[in-house]
Amino acid sequence: MAPRKLFLYVAGQTPKSLAAIANLERICAEHLPGQYEVEVIDLRKNPKLAREHSIVAIPTLVRELPVPLRKLIGDLSDTHKVLVNLGIGSSA
Amino acid sequence: MSKHQGISKSPTGIDGFDDLTLGGVPTGRPTLVCGSAGCGKTLFATTFLIHGARDFDEPGVFVTFEERPGDIVSNVASLGFALNKLVDDQKIAFEYIALDRSELEEAGDYDLEGLFLRLESAIDAIGAKRVVLDTIESLFSVFSNEAILRAEIRRLFDWLKDKGMTTVITAERGDGTLTRQGLEEYVSDCVILLDHRVQNQISTRRLRIVKYRGTAHGTNEYPFLIDQDGFSVLPVSTLGLNHKVFEDRISSGIPDLDNMLAGGGFHRGSSILVSGVAGSGKSSVAASFAEAACAAGERALIFSFEESADQSVRNMKSLGIDIGQWIKSDKLRFVATRPTFYSLEMHLAVLLREVTRFNPSLVVLDPVSCFTESGDRLEIQSMLLRMIDFLKGHGVTAVFTHLMHSQDGQRVETDAGLSSLMDAWILLLNREVGGEFNRELYLLKARGTAHSNQVREFIMSHEGIKLVPPYLGESGALTGSARKNEESKSRRAEVRRRADILRAQQQLEQKRRRAKAQMEALQAELDADEIELKAITDDESEYLRQAAADKVDIERSRKS
Repeated sequence: MAPRKLFLYVAGQTPKSLAAIANLERICAEHLPGQYEVEVIDLRKNPKLAREHSIVAIPTLVRELPVPLRKLIGDLSDTHKVLVNLGIGSSA
Repeated sequence: MSKHQGISKSPTGIDGFDDLTLGGVPTGRPTLVCGSAGCGKTLFATTFLIHGARDFDEPGVFVTFEERPGDIVSNVASLGFALNKLVDDQKIAFEYIALDRSELEEAGDYDLEGLFLRLESAIDAIGAKRVVLDTIESLFSVFSNEAILRAEIRRLFDWLKDKGMTTVITAERGDGTLTRQGLEEYVSDCVILLDHRVQNQISTRRLRIVKYRGTAHGTNEYPFLIDQDGFSVLPVSTLGLNHKVFEDRISSGIPDLDNMLAGGGFHRGSSILVSGVAGSGKSSVAASFAEAACAAGERALIFSFEESADQSVRNMKSLGIDIGQWIKSDKLRFVATRPTFYSLEMHLAVLLREVTRFNPSLVVLDPVSCFTESGDRLEIQSMLLRMIDFLKGHGVTAVFTHLMHSQDGQRVETDAGLSSLMDAWILLLNREVGGEFNRELYLLKARGTAHSNQVREFIMSHEGIKLVPPYLGESGALTGSARKNEESKSRRAEVRRRADILRAQQQLEQKRRRAKAQMEALQAELDADEIELKAITDDESEYLRQAAADKVDIERSRKS
């Protein structure tokens, strides 16, 4: 199975954004090796995307597939919640 | 911004609201508009934005959390706002913040920077000066971390203020608080409360300015209206008794009635009460006032609480008065509503708005008595008083009709103590005499004008309204067929009397001629006698002369 894409929307180099990136990378490496590919999108550089993907909170992690679409907001410090929402155990 | 100059204000373009706040909402600051569901918050905000973009060259961003932009566009389209065009022209931008709780999960610390970024790019894209947030409270149902949310909302308001955005924020009314989420804490500059109350099954919308820092403002509750013309606030207050006075007269449309007043007609700007029992012709008299105003090239406004416009046009046609033509040429406007359609306050407000917009010189309220059923006496009186004050203040002649329930004797009083407020009072009576009802008109009062004290018979026919002086005979004033009867009786008597005189004159003439003839005969006799006498006297003198001559002859012969 090809790795699925995760989008992480951040706004500049804020502590929350940096924490989210670090947390996500850690979780993917530890719990979901090879399942997901992470793309970090900086909305400060491209604000239009916030509207297109209807992002309000920062940081937001979007899992488009498998459906249903999932949005996870926050710095992803709650590992358990991240795993639950990325569908560990149910789809893997 | 210095305190001395006061704060600057941005007009909302909402009828009445800008007057009330002496200019509008505070420029560059947030204004909170709160109220319960369906009380017009979104419309207030939309109107603010549209007027800004269209009339004041201040583009705006509409941030909607609830309704879709398409819905908002079609909602206000019914009010005549072409929001679509403004969006196409880049005068207004929508930012639809669609939030779905079900697809959102929280895992750690976050902020609402995404919202800020979106708002910022929308503001920058069209160079916005105004922002609407409708309804930001929706965020509370999506994000569960209230501490973050509150901090972010406070930051958002501060951020908007820093950017100099004149912002309108809508919020739902809470139990015992102005807003459900206590947003009034964050907005300290201007708070407006919209209210929607139902009393006696009649709803009234009201607006109150709870707080407006740094400026004077009206503190009362003001009724406001949402109808096909949008959102209008109606500052209704008593103006006092300092209205202008007019010397010129206006016609009632009934020449006979005008003639009853010394100077011909009623004073402009006076309030005229037309009262009478059912079917006495009140509405017709009132409509005739309106038609006279239109015929004089002025504008008239009729508020009818019983008849529709078409019905009135038809009815007046039967009197030979065509008010339809004036409606067509926009000289006459007809506003027909049921008294129970609005509350008293609302009726007043609607009247004021229509008068302000149409700018008529004459207003008819037909009838005012219908209000007595929809409120208490004091309220009605106060409403009418304010109505009269308002109309007088604008130099508008007001004609009120009033349905009386009885016309017994001297007890012609009006329910709401109207009479003392009125400058002129036309009383219409409908009296039964000899098996028929006849209409009568009486000018009970006309301030500042000498007027006839007579009761006139009031006749409506296809030739219009006529006032006929009643027959004043030994048996009092008579009307209707009694009058006609009495009139023909006196006409007959007159003919007979004339004939009598003529006969007497002829008799005298004959007598005179006879006498003259006799006199001539006697004269002739006398003349004859005189001739006789003269002959005798002549003979006598001849005899005497002869005798004298003879005597002389005799004496002469004796001597010789």
